[in-house]
Parts: sequence; structure tokens; C-alpha cells
Amino acid sequence: MAHRVGMEVSIAISHAVQMCRAEAIAAYPITPQTHIVEHLSSMVANGELDAEFVNVESEHSAMSTCIGMSATGARTYTATSSQGLALMNEILFITSALRLPIVMTVANRALSGPLSIWNDHGDIMAARDIGWIQIFVENGQEAFDHSVMAFKIAENHQVLLPTIINLDGFILSHVVEAMEFPDQELVDKFLPPYHPRYSLDPAKPVTMGAFAMPEVYTECKMGHQMALTGAYEHILQVWKEWGDLTGRHYQPVEKYRTEGAKTLLLTMGCLSEVAEVAVDEMRESGLEVGLLKLRMWRPFPFADLRSAVAGAKHVIVCDRALSLGGAAPPVLAEVRSALYAMRGRPQTSSFVIGLGGRDIAPNAFKEIVAQALEEAQQKPTQEYHIFGVRG
Amino acid sequence: MIEIRFHGRGGQGAVTSVELLALAAINEGKFAQGFPSFGPERRGAPVLAFCRVDDRHIRLRCKISNPDVVVVLDPSLIRIQNPPADLKEGGIIVLNTPKTPAEVRQEYGFKHTLALVDANKVAREVLGVPIVNTTMMGALIRATGVVKLESVEHPLKERFGPLAVKNFNALKAAFEQTVIEERRS
Repeated sequence: MAHRVGMEVSIAISHAVQMCRAEAIAAYPITPQTHIVEHLSSMVANGELDAEFVNVESEHSAMSTCIGMSATGARTYTATSSQGLALMNEILFITSALRLPIVMTVANRALSGPLSIWNDHGDIMAARDIGWIQIFVENGQEAFDHSVMAFKIAENHQVLLPTIINLDGFILSHVVEAMEFPDQELVDKFLPPYHPRYSLDPAKPVTMGAFAMPEVYTECKMGHQMALTGAYEHILQVWKEWGDLTGRHYQPVEKYRTEGAKTLLLTMGCLSEVAEVAVDEMRESGLEVGLLKLRMWRPFPFADLRSAVAGAKHVIVCDRALSLGGAAPPVLAEVRSALYAMRGRPQTSSFVIGLGGRDIAPNAFKEIVAQALEEAQQKPTQEYHIFGVRG
Repeated sequence: MIEIRFHGRGGQGAVTSVELLALAAINEGKFAQGFPSFGPERRGAPVLAFCRVDDRHIRLRCKISNPDVVVVLDPSLIRIQNPPADLKEGGIIVLNTPKTPAEVRQEYGFKHTLALVDANKVAREVLGVPIVNTTMMGALIRATGVVKLESVEHPLKERFGPLAVKNFNALKAAFEQTVIEERRS
């Protein structure tokens, strides 16, 4: 029987990793991810988790060590944030190219400078093109569920790609809240032990991480791209299987009160639930507003997005990162690309919100919708707005 | 939903209080959030901590800016932070003070319902140290009934181990000694 627990979300993730029987962890502590690996370290030290925990001197070393451990066939986990993810950067591309099914939690945090320990999506957006599967969660339950599902997705022999679960730092990672934990038996049944397709074994030598001449590099990248886009159907299959076991079903693009909505907000991460509250209030006042919540960031769910916006006149995209000097913030850029070929595509507006821990209450979304609707009547004067900026 | 904001100083245990409250509420089958005002921890600096309790899943991820209750662990914060400035119309101020309601109203001009307890005294007597976070939870529970007294016992045990008994006794003593005076119109 599943049981209900109250717990800090970071600690719940460490329990998910424990229940998945992770065998190898290498990590370097960084706020706001620290509690996750700190707790895992205690579990290993106390004999509650039979895993190798390697303390390293940097995140660059953390991911390098994870590569080595995963390559031997161990179920491998790590977690990081912000500067830590940035320091891992060159290794992140190698991990996915080696097709190693490492699972990593990123407790999303702003990048320096100025130095900020608070939450936004700048860190993961700077690592957008690393070739990993990338999922966003909205609350503690989803953080737990997706941590478990990530291993099953990553380790599928048709997928074999590292996977990141993004959760908002502090405003989600550090909250004590209610969650439901499944039994160990259910997790064991859902997630059998990892059997690598290839592993480093002196008895059966293989080369991993060889260099590629110009004659094959392009084909390798093509193979990687096909693997990542092809992962889509396997991700959905794993989500369905988990949904059937637990009653909690997940979709690449989730809809909230979109029936008859001419205007749609689009959000990612835990501010999606804040936006739900705003949508409820706007619906009560007679505004036909709905909400799209983008859960799957890589591979990007183009078809789901197109079908989700069908019938809407206006999509208001809320980004939590900037693309400095670029055409559009990261989520808007994808959404516009997805919609461009659509006949009768909806108009898009763009707001950048919640940078570096700026507090976002439901009223913010109401103000955003009001401003977007007003501007829709006029010729747009700005590519995007930074919501609430003083200046 | 009830929204509670703790005002304390770094090291006084405001964050522990909201976490224990959230756990107590969740153990009762309710939904709750307990979280700090995130930032660099500095002993003695003013800190905020937040607790929401509801009968359904809570979807807010923002700070509490229009609380139902403010709990002030250190009265010296009143002049610095003015905790009840954004308190709801029918809200409650739970204050650690040796003063009477009349004295508090005269000194600070508070109109809201007051729940007062000399938590420093209770904590010194029962715990032997003037750490008032668990003590003030007793006053909060008396003033609001947000959770049952006994619901806090288990989270206290998990957090404090052998020290839980003393903390629970301090909490119960504060519960008994809290003086409540309804709002003045």
C-alpha cells in the first residue's frame, strides 16, 4: 500500500533515488540542491542504500565520475544547480553522446552574475542543447514520481539517454509538503535492475568515447538526434505504466481549464500551479483564459503543443530565463517555431517572470493576461516584456 | 486555507516551527506547506518563515503577503518589521511578551486579536534555555486551533529525539498560559 508522508521535497527525491536502488552517486554540494545529495550520502553511510558514493572536488568531476561509473553498468545518479550545472557543461554533452542513462536532478537556480542563489530557469536553459531528456515538475509528488520514472526511461535500450528532472530551487525543493510514496515492491516491479547494453568490462573490451573523423561525426550526431526525438514514445509509455500503477498520469503538454479558452497562458515548473490559481480567478470573473503546462522540454513535444493550442487566438508564453541579445526567450523561441507552420496559428505574447527568485503570486498572471490582451488590440511594440522590472 | 507567517531571528527556530506545524497538519490528513524565506542564513538577523494549511492540495509557491496569523518570536522585531502591517482584517497577532493586552495595544497601537504569552519565561523554566520556537507553537495552536496539540508530538519526537518531551511540555505550558483578547473595533 502506498502511504502518505510529510517531508521536504529535496528529502523526498533522495528517498525516490533510494527506492530506485541507485548503485553509484558522485556529487558536489551546491545550493539549493545540497539537501538531496547530503541525505543520500547519509543513507549510504548508514547502510540504508547499497551504493558507491564518491565525493568529488567539483561538478566537472562529479559528472566525469558518473560517466565512469555508469559505463561499468551501475545505475548512476547525481544532482546539481546553477553554477554547478555550468561547470559540468562540457561533460554533459559527452554523457549523452556516450548514451549513458545517468539521472540528474537540477534544482533550478539563477546563474551568476550578479550572484544569486534563488530560483529561475537560467541554468537549464544554458544547457538546453546537451542532448539529454529534460522534464519539468510542479510539486513534490511530481518530483518523486518523475525521479523514479526517469531511471526507467533512461535505461530503456531503445532510449539510453541521460535524463534531467528539473525542479524549482527553494520554492519547491525546500518546501515541506504532503506526498504519497509507493511501496518498495511497486518500485521494484516497475523498475527492474539495470542491464547495460554495453559496459566497460576487461573480459569483453570495448572502446567508449572514441574520436570521430569528419566522415562519421555528422552521422553520430544524426543518430543522437534520432535517439532523442525517438525517446518521445518511450517516455509516454513509461508515464502511462506509472499512471496505471499509481493513478497519477502525466502528459508532455498538460491542459488546465482550456475548454473554450481563446487566450492561453503557457508556463513551466512549479509556477504552473500558481498560474492555475490565477486562471480559476479569471474564469470566475468571466475571462475565457486557460493554461498550458509544458512538462517535456527535451525532446520538445511539437505535435502536442500544436494540438493543445488549436482553437486559441492568443498564447502568452511565460519564460523564466532570458536569451540576452537574442530574438526571444528560450520557451517562446520553441513555441513560435512550433506554431509557425500552423494554418491560423494563434498570436503569441511573451513575458519573462520570476528571475533570480522574484516572488510570483497569482496576481502576476492576471496582470500579464490583462496587459497581453490590451496590447493584442494594438501593434506590438516589444518582442517581449520583463514582467515587473523597475527601470 | 490558513496562512501563518513567523517572524524571528536567525537561530530562534522559526523555520523549524513551520516545518513541524506542516508535518502535524499533514499527519492529521490535511495538506500543508512549511518553508523559509530563502536566503543566506545569518544568526540574529530577522527571518521570516511560512506555513499554509488547507483541506486540499496547495498550489501557491509565493511568500505569504496577506497572512491570517503572524507569530512574533522576538518582540524587538515589531519596530523593525511591523509584522501585522499586511495582516488580514480578522487576523491574529501571536506575540512573545510579558506584557498584558492593554499594555501591548497602548505601546504598538495593534487593533487585531492578540494572543500573548511570556515565552521567554516558559522556555527558561521548562527547557532551561530561552529558545521560544516550540513554546510559541503552543500559543499559536491555542489561538487558532490550526492543528491539535497531540499532532505535534510525533513530529517533535522525529526532530528532537530525547529533547522532544521537554519541548512538548514547553508547548503545552504556553498553550495553557496564552492570554487571548479579541480585536478592538
